[in-house]
Amino acid sequence: MSGVADALGSGALIGYLPIGFPDLETSIDAAVALVDNGVDALELGLPYTDPVMDGLAIQKATQQAIEAGFRVRDVFRAVEAVRSRVDAPVLVMTYWNPVVQYGVARFADALRDAGGAGLITPDITPDSADDWIAESDRTGLDRVFLAAPSSTDARLAETVAASRGFVYAVSTMGITGARADLDAKARALVARLREAGATGTDTISACVGVGISTPEQVAEVLGYADGAIVGSALVTALADGGVAGVARLASALSHGK
Amino acid sequence: MSASIRESLRGLPGPFFGDYGGRFMPESLIAAIDELAAAYEQAKADPDFQAELAELHRSYTGRPSIVTEVPRFADHAGGARIFLKREDLNHTGSHKINNVLGQALLTRRIGKTRVIAETGAGQHGVATATAAALFGLDCTIYMGEVDTQRQALNVARMRLLGAEVISVTTGSRTLKDAINEAYREWVTSVETTNYIFGTAAGPHPFPAMVRDFQSVIGEEAREQLLTHLGRLPDAVVACVGGGSNAIGIFDAFLDDAGVALYGIEAAGDGVDTEKHAASIERGRPGILHGARSYLLQDEDGQTIESHSISAGLDYPGVGPEHAFLADIGRASYLPATDAEAMEALRLLSRTEGIIPAIESAHALAGALRIGRELGPEGVILVNLSGRGDKDVATAGRWFDLFDDGAVQS
Repeated sequence: MSGVADALGSGALIGYLPIGFPDLETSIDAAVALVDNGVDALELGLPYTDPVMDGLAIQKATQQAIEAGFRVRDVFRAVEAVRSRVDAPVLVMTYWNPVVQYGVARFADALRDAGGAGLITPDITPDSADDWIAESDRTGLDRVFLAAPSSTDARLAETVAASRGFVYAVSTMGITGARADLDAKARALVARLREAGATGTDTISACVGVGISTPEQVAEVLGYADGAIVGSALVTALADGGVAGVARLASALSHGK
Repeated sequence: MSASIRESLRGLPGPFFGDYGGRFMPESLIAAIDELAAAYEQAKADPDFQAELAELHRSYTGRPSIVTEVPRFADHAGGARIFLKREDLNHTGSHKINNVLGQALLTRRIGKTRVIAETGAGQHGVATATAAALFGLDCTIYMGEVDTQRQALNVARMRLLGAEVISVTTGSRTLKDAINEAYREWVTSVETTNYIFGTAAGPHPFPAMVRDFQSVIGEEAREQLLTHLGRLPDAVVACVGGGSNAIGIFDAFLDDAGVALYGIEAAGDGVDTEKHAASIERGRPGILHGARSYLLQDEDGQTIESHSISAGLDYPGVGPEHAFLADIGRASYLPATDAEAMEALRLLSRTEGIIPAIESAHALAGALRIGRELGPEGVILVNLSGRGDKDVATAGRWFDLFDDGAVQS
């Protein structure tokens, strides 16, 4: 499987970890451990100096990865290594400038050749992504754009139409990071995305991310959305407990499915 | 939109300036940015808005700012005549207030009750805190920890004005990361909060809007020189960090083919070292903070930390209209090092009794060089964008002016 849509069949758990944290090999082992413990699809983060949508947990981890010598080319190595060990789709989450500097076409080719499923792009929107839309069409990669509680109906329709794989519904008006209570806005946003055409795996799915950290929250989200995305909590578990720690959390989270 | 099909380079509307600019932003902020852009388009065409802003300029800021000829300083510049546009005499001490009052009026117009802003040297933060006090708005300012230390006086000023100042401890702990943190906060509070951006960079509509609010500088100065000299200057010189004071004084002269425009970038220890902030001279196009422009970045597109003695120029990017003007050759961008700027600061202080901000001293250093090329017939207009009160501690250390054991801020 290359695209992410097949993995979303009956309510998917999607796990995020940054590449190169705490080092490249451990980040690969940790990603594999997620899938071994019930995570259905992976979102591997490309560490970037100016992550404006990320809270402190991910900022600290990605800054450490950069200081430890992370290079953009490591992304393809990591994706290839993970794909050779587990059969789950691997998306890369990246801010846009590193892709532009690598060359959008060259990046798309390398990601496809490594067995990657596509990109999640938090700091560009479909109306600023002509080159990426063209290159993802050419290479068949998925392109996951974000939708926010503040998005107008017209923009949600545009985002649904432009996305492939799934639409990333941001649960709250805020940045990444664990939250005790999920915002009611998440459910309302998914309902609006359904209205805009994201009706599920036969068309395009709607997955919810930002603020999800417990099995109960995963279960709650999968009650109305096609996927639940967990990021900061996994990063913190990796930082505190290593690969074993992040495996334990993934296993616990997967009981929310 | 291509500039070549327009008759004028003035007032380009964005979002693109040639290949530069745009709106590369998280979806969470698009609704607010669209709202702001629409409100600004309406306000721009509304005579009542323009009249209210003009009245604030007159009765609050103290506009028009004067133009001062500085002959004793000019003696060191090959004898060219040098005129300073005195934005340092504005209320709050710099050109920043021109933009802030415009955006504060817009904040009221879109019904928001709180403003946030980033600041480097603290001048934009002080101006924003001032406008917030004047309009009764809640105000939070994001400032890199490094800058809160080297511009401690401005931190106290902002707090005195009732603003909350948040010291940003992530990344480079300077202006770049203050902007990152302000974006993060804006995503969270966008329903009640407007972001008053301080320079002619960032996503559309900020580059065009901030330029429009700052273009009063060049409009006044052009008129003042025509009245006083009966001619236009040969060169207009301004420092460039993000580039709002520069684009503000350039705009009125963009269609005057005989007027050379010079932006002076902060060269820190020198553009051949790793410690500078010369994005146009040594950067290449990339995307940061919502726009495509020249950017200091490594091979992978990771932003490289800039360095300048001047907190207000210590930024690895530059406004997209400057990138465009550089590419088409309408403006030239030259570097001035920390040492050159500090020498120019001392020279203006001693020859004319005017202590400039370190930012503006970069423009003065550029003018000294340009003057020597122009010779005695030349006329140079320099944007003196801010006053140096905030920089006295830095200058005191640089020139060793403190008595041993004296308390330093």
